[in-house]
Amino acid sequence: MLRLEARPQPSALWSYGSPVLALLVTVMIGVLMFTALGQDPLKALSVFFWEPIRSPYALGELAVKATPLLLIALGLAVCFRSNVWNIGAEGQYVLGAIAASGVALLADQSTGRWIVLPILLAGVLGGMFWAGITAWLRDRFNANEILVSLMLVYVAVQVLSFVVSGPWKDPQGYNFPQSKNFELVTRIPRLFDGSRVSIGVFLALAGVLATWIFLFRTRAGFAQQVGGLAPAAARYAGFSSRRALWVALLVSGGTAGLAGALEVAGPMGQLTPYVPAGYGFAAIIVAFVGRLHPVGMVFSAILMSMFYIGGELAQSRLGLPKSLTGVFQGLLLFTLLACDTLVNYRLKWGK
Amino acid sequence: MMESYALLMAATLNAGTVLALASLGLLINEKAGIVNLGAEGMMLCAAIAGFAAVVYSGSDWLGFAAGMSAGAVLAFVFGVLVIWLNTNQYATGLAVSLFGAGFSAFVGIGYVQEKMPARPSFAVPYLSDIPWFGPALFRHHPLVYLSILFALGLIWFLFRTRAGLILRSVGENPASAHALGYPVRRIRLMAVVAGGAMCGLAGAYVSIVYTPLWVEGMVAGKGWIALALTTFATWRPARVLLGAYLFGGVTMLQFHLQGIGVDVPSQFLTMLPYLSTIVVLALISRNPQWIRINMPTSIGKPFYPDS
Repeated sequence: MLRLEARPQPSALWSYGSPVLALLVTVMIGVLMFTALGQDPLKALSVFFWEPIRSPYALGELAVKATPLLLIALGLAVCFRSNVWNIGAEGQYVLGAIAASGVALLADQSTGRWIVLPILLAGVLGGMFWAGITAWLRDRFNANEILVSLMLVYVAVQVLSFVVSGPWKDPQGYNFPQSKNFELVTRIPRLFDGSRVSIGVFLALAGVLATWIFLFRTRAGFAQQVGGLAPAAARYAGFSSRRALWVALLVSGGTAGLAGALEVAGPMGQLTPYVPAGYGFAAIIVAFVGRLHPVGMVFSAILMSMFYIGGELAQSRLGLPKSLTGVFQGLLLFTLLACDTLVNYRLKWGK
Repeated sequence: MMESYALLMAATLNAGTVLALASLGLLINEKAGIVNLGAEGMMLCAAIAGFAAVVYSGSDWLGFAAGMSAGAVLAFVFGVLVIWLNTNQYATGLAVSLFGAGFSAFVGIGYVQEKMPARPSFAVPYLSDIPWFGPALFRHHPLVYLSILFALGLIWFLFRTRAGLILRSVGENPASAHALGYPVRRIRLMAVVAGGAMCGLAGAYVSIVYTPLWVEGMVAGKGWIALALTTFATWRPARVLLGAYLFGGVTMLQFHLQGIGVDVPSQFLTMLPYLSTIVVLALISRNPQWIRINMPTSIGKPFYPDS
């Protein structure tokens, strides 16, 4: 019988190999699925992995979707490394978008380009506020952060629905529940003509650097992670677990809120009920597939962005439902968790 | 006016049944020491499986069976990963929820406009004719009454049978149970599959009885609320049942309030069940003793016998 034998030390090779193996297994399952659906698997695979990188425009779109995923995942990595299970990034993203829209709607013809800065700041604060509720309830009442943060996603979606169908509804919007289009000055500056890529990409890459420095080169970042790995050791060293909780949630709320602001003042240009696109949940997968490492998550964010674009293309070109994206995202997390066994265990035949 | 309260009562029982079935199921695997955050995903897959089965067969019971199977299969995969491959319980449960949401939407796309064949409605003979009480209590789907029986059966099983004792010991102290020769991992897997099947039944109830249609994401967080309920109820089946009806009532209150013309934007009423989950969770959790007395000691902790 096949059995597992604990490795004396976690395998460095497999900690990098596992995401690759997981992707291969997911692709293989995908091929089987496409064949079962009567599709040419090669054509389907090219829709997911070739079309999104084929042209400069496609690459731009890839970056547009990878940016929020990466930003949110960076915050979540800090959370998960501190053993704080914030799974409500989607709600923090929505609140960031709402707060950013609040500022963007104040702009008029005479407003200058400086408005972009308060918009982004509002997004960050909105996300921090929403995550702060979870932190406060955990800190003050010991309420489970998984359930609270997740419940707050549903609340955030209702808040969004309220503002777009009530106070901020566009009077000239044919009764659609959406805000008016933001003034052009509020638009997050774009990098090139003919592409939707904005300075958000640089913010995300700066975030990668900042997260890397925080996690691996500062004492605060170290304390943060010791609390996650060995709570008793952290207490002995005098690292505050309350501080770690607040830092983790505020950082991840802030990055999720920033992503929301970039999205609503970037590609969307108005506040609509379609703000929650599942980035907050997909970013959880990005974080795990990227090994909770800032650089690893750049790759996994691009991969997850391919899944999103591939899903959209599969709908328009192959007539398959867009929800295929969600299927593959879930499958990837499943296979990754299974493959991760190889990091800590060896497969052995025999009794 | 009285009539509207009877309807509110009926709706409360109806909504409470969904939460009760799922939460009692999750209680089984939590008593064995495993937390399955995949409830929402299992319920969604079961909802579409159950709905499709009824569309083709016209039988509620085949639909429930299909839903239970869907929940059990997903729970089995979760269980094997968590129990044999030692994957993180929270992350794996999340994977079930994310996969379930995507997969149900993918499979369900062809059923969005579909209608189920007409089936007879249920009523308890004689009792259902009593004014007020009849419509409030005695015109429900049989599963509503069966779920109460199930709760009683679970109390008996957990606290009055040897098998229940073994199940609880596996959740309290797996190392001792293992030393006594009990197959800890197999018992945990059975508990997880049983929990998944019950979540599946709850999911199928959503799409077959509660709102008889299929819409993407229609479970709308009920799986997560059911997860929170086991904590509210401090892992006691009777309190789980009571809590489920309480939350069923909160869910339904919004429609009642809208019905009697309360001037609050509907979004705030829709928020109610989620907000009250948060508030109750905070209130119950603030007293660590309440939680600790009844919480299975090894809940969420992996057990791997290094024999």
